[in-house]
Amino acid sequence: MHNQTQYKDLLKVLPHDDILQQCIHCGLCLAVCPTYDITKIERSSPRGRIAMIKSVARSETELSDRFAEEMNFCLDCLACETACPAGVQYGRMVETARVVVDEAGFGTSKIKRAVKRFSLRRFVASKNGLKFISRLLRFYQKAGLQKFVRATGILKIFSKNLTEIEALSPAISEKFSDKQIKEIELPEGEVKYKTAFHFGCLMNTMFADINIDTIDVLKECGCKIITPKDQVCCGSLMGHNGDLDFALKLARKNIDVFEKHEYDYLISNSAGCGAFMKDYAYLLEDDPLYADKAKRFAAKVKDITEFIFEQKPEMKFISEQTPESVTYHDACHLVHAQKVYSQPREVIKSLPGVKYTELEEASWCCGSAGIYNVVRYEDSLIQLKRKMNNIKNTNAKVVLTGNPGCMGQIKHGTKKFNVDVEVLHPVTLIKKLLKNNQK
Amino acid sequence: MDQYTTEKLKSIVGAQNFFDSKEDKLVYSYDGTPVYRHLPEAVIFPEDAEQISKILKLANQEKFNVVPRGAGTGLSGGSIPVDNSVVIVMTKWNRVLEIDTSNLTAWVEPGVVTGHLQNQVEKIGLFYPPDPGSLTVCTIGGNVASNAGGLRGLKYGVTKNYVLGVEMILPNGELLKSGGKNMKDAAGYNLKDFIIGSEGTLGIITKVLVKLLPKPTKSITLLIFFNKLIDAGKAVSDIIAAHIVPSMMEFLDNTTINCVEDYTHIGLPRKSEAILLIEVDGRDSEVQEDAEIIRKIAVKNNASALKAASDKAEAENLKTARRSAFSALARKMPTTILEDATVPRSELPVMIEKVTKAAKMFDVMIGNFGHAGDGNLHPTCLTDERDSKALEKAHKAFEYIFNEAIKLGGTITGEHGTGLSKKQFLESVAGPAGVDMMKRIKCAIDPNNILNPEKIFTISPKCEGYLPLKREQIKNLNA
Repeated sequence: MHNQTQYKDLLKVLPHDDILQQCIHCGLCLAVCPTYDITKIERSSPRGRIAMIKSVARSETELSDRFAEEMNFCLDCLACETACPAGVQYGRMVETARVVVDEAGFGTSKIKRAVKRFSLRRFVASKNGLKFISRLLRFYQKAGLQKFVRATGILKIFSKNLTEIEALSPAISEKFSDKQIKEIELPEGEVKYKTAFHFGCLMNTMFADINIDTIDVLKECGCKIITPKDQVCCGSLMGHNGDLDFALKLARKNIDVFEKHEYDYLISNSAGCGAFMKDYAYLLEDDPLYADKAKRFAAKVKDITEFIFEQKPEMKFISEQTPESVTYHDACHLVHAQKVYSQPREVIKSLPGVKYTELEEASWCCGSAGIYNVVRYEDSLIQLKRKMNNIKNTNAKVVLTGNPGCMGQIKHGTKKFNVDVEVLHPVTLIKKLLKNNQK
Repeated sequence: MDQYTTEKLKSIVGAQNFFDSKEDKLVYSYDGTPVYRHLPEAVIFPEDAEQISKILKLANQEKFNVVPRGAGTGLSGGSIPVDNSVVIVMTKWNRVLEIDTSNLTAWVEPGVVTGHLQNQVEKIGLFYPPDPGSLTVCTIGGNVASNAGGLRGLKYGVTKNYVLGVEMILPNGELLKSGGKNMKDAAGYNLKDFIIGSEGTLGIITKVLVKLLPKPTKSITLLIFFNKLIDAGKAVSDIIAAHIVPSMMEFLDNTTINCVEDYTHIGLPRKSEAILLIEVDGRDSEVQEDAEIIRKIAVKNNASALKAASDKAEAENLKTARRSAFSALARKMPTTILEDATVPRSELPVMIEKVTKAAKMFDVMIGNFGHAGDGNLHPTCLTDERDSKALEKAHKAFEYIFNEAIKLGGTITGEHGTGLSKKQFLESVAGPAGVDMMKRIKCAIDPNNILNPEKIFTISPKCEGYLPLKREQIKNLNA
């Protein structure tokens, strides 16, 4: 049974009244909410969820499974925050509410919750854990087991969707990137920028090449790059899924690790990690030991496209290239969480030989949303289908996006909905066009 | 609501379209209006006109109230539930049924989002001008029910100028069809125009026929900054006097400028006392000419700077920024009470001063913006509904503003409707005879007063027999 007294206490951790009060229920968020767009029912909208949170926080209504369901149905894409002129901090409210329903035992079953939490803590956050799983996956993909499993449909025994979800797992990189990147990398010429690099859990294991590309592009830009080996997961997946305590532990560890080095920009190529690390300042503002350090740390975090757009570093590109038709999908954690919208577009458009087409509904969530596409596969497919359709309509050969989650999801979409398009990180396209790359 | 009625309603619309959980009641207890909220007994998503008809017949039988609702962005409380009511939500009726390119009309369902209709018709070179601030969310049905206006009212008018026909279910459950594709129609009473602005008190709209225009080929968007409020007012008068009719002429005061800039970061000068956002549209040559004259008028009236949008995207950003004004003001204070007192446009500079005076007199913070070109202002009181004294002051300030507007020959609401929040002022603008006629029409069409009661005006219950005068007599009646 649900522990009522326990969750009553937890309600105190809900945002204070002023944050709740800021929503004037004008309804402008309804236009951009992917879940409201599906149901057309107010409780699946940001405005409705805020009203419910407000009511629970003021002890006017109690927590319920329906409340929990709507909090978890939310993709946490934060499109509503972009649309909100009043500056309501919806993400913070809904994430706190998730912690509360999780602790109080609503929505998901205890076992499911424990498994989710255990796997996030054990495998994603611990570098070795994720590497272990990745090695298993790599072996599995290499050994032809994947073909066997896919052909025989063994997974169907476990869950109707498990086979589909298995297809989401991207090909594991041959070599993890942290083994290939030196702790200090120097450019060929003089050092123009002192940077540090956070390699991200998924980027390190599943998309290691993108990390290598990032280092190469940064070197071309004249960056000295420090990549501390003892850095840890940014904590975003845990933070967004009701396990804030653990996320904060990781945050403190990263702050300690990076503080030992001297740098001006902390470069991230994963929108989710970048957004969460920029948020350290807020998350740790009440921690007397870490509040100031977190502020300093967060102020230096830059997405790779943001860095290139702001600093306009000189890069030498190949002179003759075949024109490439390109479009761009906004990762929610870049456009909505970090408000990085025009920077990647400008960087992409400035590349030689690129024929850029704007994607219809580019800032609409692709359904990846952290681990949403695993825990709510069917719901995520509705968003993915819409995204793939829009991508198809651009006739672009390449779709660029700055987050591993989106890349995995859209790659899955190319197969699922049969759309012929290559999915790349912007930094990979830049690297491809570099003169140095052609040697 | 009793078990019988609940079951009956479920059998009409199906259990999947009937919601009465505490969460669902909660999230339909409000709309875009500050302060007002009320829990309904249930929320219903009807699938067709017949279901609506049955619900209304049942409401007459079982004596419960019915409150129609679109996207719930209204600002007068028109869609807020009342006692013993069910909410009928029309947002799932969102199909554009027909676009007639020979007659330039479109048949739409009431739940079609205004902005979606605009995008759809603009793709084929047509134009649906009414553009309320909430156009990305609000619905045509709601627009018709509240006779919504918008930024382009000055040149293109408001929703009523674009409605050619309406289909609605009357309170007795009958289907009314009024109007059609004829550009002229003088047959009998003009019922369709009567339905526009009736705020869901006379029927539930199920279909709307709107008029479309050819899309203007060219437009220029200008942003003009002023260091003095009064200069902006004078510039507006001069532009109108020069016989230029911009498609929009919007005004923002300093408080609003700062809140909008906080949200949009588009580089509005925070020190300006006023901004005018002006758009002229039409053929290339006339648009260029108009823009030049406006430029000269701006300079003559001491404009501190003038900026033209360099492309369509920038123009769109400027307009979006203006539309965000109301909600952006919530950055300053948690409760924003927005009104839309409207005056004949020649009186606009006077009215702007009156608003400034009201803020001082009653010691309230007011952000002022609005449709300068058509005299429709949106003085917005920035307050906190948790503080009853502050709320009281806000109401007093608005009472003053409304009275001053009426003195200037204006009205209490230009485009938001009367709803709950302005009904106490209705008589002062419509007159006793006007309100009495409205009530008699309402009683004739909805004798049991089941459809959106308490909105616009209150119908007192009918009394029969002697009025009990002594306590003992009441006791007897209760016995």
